[in-house]
Amino acid sequence: MAFKQISSPHGHNPQSTSWVMQLVLLSTLPGFIALSYQFGWGTFINLIIAVMTSLVAEAAMLALRNRPIAFYLKDYSAAVTAVLLALALPPLASWWVVVVGSLFAIVVAKQLYGGIGHNPFNPAMVGYVVLLISFPIEMTTWVTPISLLPEGVQHPGLWESLSIVFAGNTPIDGITGATPLDVFKHSSGLVVDQIYHDEALFNQASFAGVGWEWVNVGFLIGGIILLKTRIFTWHAPLAMLGTLALMSILFWDSGSSASPGSPVMHLFSGASMMGAFFILTDPVSSAVSNRGRFIYGSLIGLLVYVIRAWGNYPDAVAFAVLLGNFAAPFIDNYTLPRTYGHTARRKATDKGEDE
Amino acid sequence: MSRTWETPGGVHPPENKLQSMTQSIGHLPIPGTLVIPLHQHIGSPETVDVTIGQTVLKGQKLTTAIHSDNLPVHASTSGTVIAIDDHPVAHPSGLNALCVTIASDGKDQWIERTGIADFRRCGPLDLLQIITDAGIAGMGGAGFPAAIKLSPSNDKTVDTLIINATECEPYITADDAAMRGKTQDLIQGIEVVCHILNGPKRVVIGIEDNKPQAIKALRSYVQESSIKIVPFPTKYPSGGEKQLIYILTGREVPSGGLPIDLGMVCLNIGTLIAIKRAIVDGEPLISRITTVTGEACGVNRNYEVLIGTPISHLLTHNEFDENNCSRLIMGGPMMGFSLTSTDVPVVKTTNCILAPSHSEIPVDTPAQACIRCGLCAEACPVSLLPQQLFWYAQAKDQERLEAHNLFDCIECGACSYVCPSNIPLVQHYRSSKGEIRKANIDKIDADNARQRFEFRKLRLEQADKQRQAKREARRLVTEQARAASSTSQPGSSAADIIAAAQQRAITKKASPDQQKAKLERALLAAQSRLQEAEKRLIEATINGSTKQQTICSASVESARQKVDQAQHRLRELTD
Ligand code: SF4
Ligand code: SF4
Repeated sequence: MAFKQISSPHGHNPQSTSWVMQLVLLSTLPGFIALSYQFGWGTFINLIIAVMTSLVAEAAMLALRNRPIAFYLKDYSAAVTAVLLALALPPLASWWVVVVGSLFAIVVAKQLYGGIGHNPFNPAMVGYVVLLISFPIEMTTWVTPISLLPEGVQHPGLWESLSIVFAGNTPIDGITGATPLDVFKHSSGLVVDQIYHDEALFNQASFAGVGWEWVNVGFLIGGIILLKTRIFTWHAPLAMLGTLALMSILFWDSGSSASPGSPVMHLFSGASMMGAFFILTDPVSSAVSNRGRFIYGSLIGLLVYVIRAWGNYPDAVAFAVLLGNFAAPFIDNYTLPRTYGHTARRKATDKGEDE
Repeated sequence: MSRTWETPGGVHPPENKLQSMTQSIGHLPIPGTLVIPLHQHIGSPETVDVTIGQTVLKGQKLTTAIHSDNLPVHASTSGTVIAIDDHPVAHPSGLNALCVTIASDGKDQWIERTGIADFRRCGPLDLLQIITDAGIAGMGGAGFPAAIKLSPSNDKTVDTLIINATECEPYITADDAAMRGKTQDLIQGIEVVCHILNGPKRVVIGIEDNKPQAIKALRSYVQESSIKIVPFPTKYPSGGEKQLIYILTGREVPSGGLPIDLGMVCLNIGTLIAIKRAIVDGEPLISRITTVTGEACGVNRNYEVLIGTPISHLLTHNEFDENNCSRLIMGGPMMGFSLTSTDVPVVKTTNCILAPSHSEIPVDTPAQACIRCGLCAEACPVSLLPQQLFWYAQAKDQERLEAHNLFDCIECGACSYVCPSNIPLVQHYRSSKGEIRKANIDKIDADNARQRFEFRKLRLEQADKQRQAKREARRLVTEQARAASSTSQPGSSAADIIAAAQQRAITKKASPDQQKAKLERALLAAQSRLQEAEKRLIEATINGSTKQQTICSASVESARQKVDQAQHRLRELTD
C-alpha cells in the first residue's frame, strides 16, 4: 500500500482568498447603497465600467505574462480594486475617466509590479490620483445630494445617466455642486458658524454634511463588518481615524475663520471612512505588523489632515495613502514584533543573530 | 486556581477527540513480526548486541549505548531475530534505517525484571542510569533522552517540574486516555522524578480544559500532595514546551535556550509513566499508548501498542478502509507527517495514527498568491511574521530570514492552517532552515579546515622556535662549561647546571597524590562540562538556529579536548 507524501499541517481552515475578497466586496454594499441613494445612478455605472475594464485588463495582462487566467481571476482581487476605484470616483463621470483609471490601476499599479501581492502602492489609489492630476475638472465635479436638489429637479434616471456618461450630454443645471470639504476649502474668511449657517450642505445636515455623512456611515458599517469577521485588525483604520480626529481637535481653533473644520466633519466627510476601512486595510501596500500598521494608519491620518487643511486639494485620502505606501517598508524595518524568547524586537535588516 | 498567561496567536481547529475516547485503552494481538528501529531518539548511534537467529526475551536489550546520550532499544516481545537490516521507518523524509526484525514466538516471555519498590532509597544517579538503560526518550515530540533532561548540571538547580498534559493536537487522545486509565502509574512517575530532582519547589500539571475527565481523575489522586493541576483554555499550540511554560509561569525560555535555564524541567505523560515502569516494575520502554483514529478506520480507539508493531497491524485490527483514506499520518493533523507505506513500525514517539477519509481531510487546493492579509501573523504563537518569512524564503534571502527569527519558528503549522491562499508555509520554512543549516555547515567545514591549517602552521613554527631555543641553550651550556673549566669556579660547571635542573624536576613531582587528586577533580569538572555542552548541542540540533549549533558544537569540541587533556595528564602521572 502506498500513500502520498504530504507536508503538515493536514487540513485547513475553510477560509479562502476569494472568500476574503468576496467579503470585502459585500462589505462595500452599505457604502454603495448610500452613495446611490444620495447621488443617483452614477456610482452604479462607474462600478460596471470599472469592473468590466479591470477584468479584461487583468486577463489580458495575465495572458501577456503567461499566467493561468482563470486561476487568478477567481481570486476576485481585480474586482475589489475596480469596485474601490468606482466608489471613489465622482458619479456621472465620463466613461473614459473610469476606463483610464481602471487601466492604470490594474495594468500599471498592479500587474507591471508583479500582480497580486506584489504591488507596493494601492492600485485603486494610483488610478485615482492619476485621474485627479490629469482631469481635475472631471474629478472634482460632484453630483448634488438628493435632499439639496432644487425644487422640481431630480437625479437623472438610468437612461439619462448613461447618456451623460457615454454620450457626453451635459447634465441639467443644479445637479452638480460642491462637497462639504470643497466648501471649507473655499470659504476662508468665514467663521465656522457662518459657514454652517449659510451653506445648505451644512445647515440641513444631521451631524456633518448633507449626503456625505450617510455615505461615510455606510462605509463605517462595512468596516465594522470586516473588523468583526477579522479580515483585518483595528490597528490601521482606528489609528487613522484617531489621528484625524486628534488633529482636527488640536486645530479646531474654536471655529474661527481659519479653522479647517470640526472633528465630526472630518471624520464623516470625503473618503474618510472608506479610506480608513477599505483603502488603508489593503494588506499588500500597507505595513506588515500590527504595530507597523498602527504607525502607518496614524501617518496617513496626519497626512490627510495636513493636506485637507493646508494643501491644495479639498480631500487627500488618495495622496496620503500613496505617501503611506512609500513609508511602509521603512516602518516595517523598525516594527518587527518581539519574538518569544527574545528580549528585544529586531530590525528587519539586522545582520546575523542578536544577543 | 493558579494564574495562567495567554500566548499570542493560536488557532482552534476542530478537536475531533471524542471519537477515540468512547472506549478505554485496548490491547491488540501480538503481531507476527516486530520491526524495531535501532535509532529512535535524538543522539548518536548504538552498537547491536544480537545476531540473526538469536532468540530474545521480551525486554531484552538489543543495543548497547556507547555514548552518554545513547539510548538502547529492547525486544518488545519474545521471539527470534530474523533480520538486522535497513527497513522503511517513520521519518518525515521517508528514509530507511537500521532495524532489528523479530519473529514473535507468541509466548511474550519477559526477561527477569527487578523493580525497585522503594525508589527513595536509591540515589538519583542510579535511578537515572536505570532510566537510560530502559531506553526512555521523551514521548511527546522530538524524543529527547529523558535521563539527560533530568540529570543534574553543576550550575543549575531545578525548582519547577512541569508536566505537559496539554495534548493540543486535534484527534490525539493518548495522553488523555493514559491520565484516565493509568493515573496511579503517572502519579508514581511524578514521585520518582521529584525524588531524582531532589524535590522541586513547584510541580505543575498543565492541561487543556477540554479534558475534564482526566482533570477529575488526577484531582482524585493528588488532593493531598503538592502537585498543582492547572487547566487552561484549549488553543492550539499550547502544548509546545515553550508555550506551556509561558502559559503556566509567564516566563519565556530564552531563544536558543532550554527550560533548565529557567530552572524548569518539562516532561510529558507518556514519559512519566514509562519512568515509573522502568524504576518500580523494572520494565524497559517497549510499549506506548497510541491513538488510532480517522474516518478511514472503522474503530477509533487508544491502544497499548508494542514498539515495532507495523502500522498495517494497527490498521487491519481497526477496520481500515484503504480506498476511503486520503492520507496516512503519524502524529496529529497539525504537525504529524505523512507515511507513504503501512510497513513502517510504531516507535517511541508515535502518539497517533490518523487515517482520515477523503471528505475529512481532502486534498489541498492549489496555493494562491500571498495577499499579505496577515492572518498568519495573527495566528503565530511566537509572534513571527510568517508572510515575511515566506517572502524571504522564496527570495532565498538567508540574512533576512535569520533577522526575522526563522529559527524561532516551532513549525506548529498555525500559519498554514489559517492562510486563505493555502500556502504550505511550514514546508517553505523547513526547507529554508535546511538550506541555512547546510550553508553554515559548509562554512564551519571551511572554517575548521582553515583553523586546522593555521594551527598546524603555528605548531610547526613553535616547534621550530623550541628547537632553536634548545640549540641556543646547549650552546650556552657548553660555553659556560668551557668558561668554567678555564676559570675552575665551583657551582657553575655543566654538571652542576644539570643537577639543578633535575632538582627542579623533582620538586615539581614532589606531591604526586595531591597532583593526582587535583587532576581527577579537573577531569570530573571537564567531563560534566562536556555532558552539559553535549546536551545543549542536541537541543540546538532539534530546534536551534545554525549559529547556536555552531557555538554548541564548538563548545562540545573544546570540552572534549579538555577532557582528553585531563585524562592524558592523569595517565602520565599514574604511569
Ligand atoms: S495568511 Fe497566507 S495570504 Fe495571508 S499574509 Fe499570510 S501567507 Fe499571505
Ligand atoms: S509554523 Fe512557525 S511561523 Fe507558522 S505559526 Fe507556527 S511558529 Fe509561527
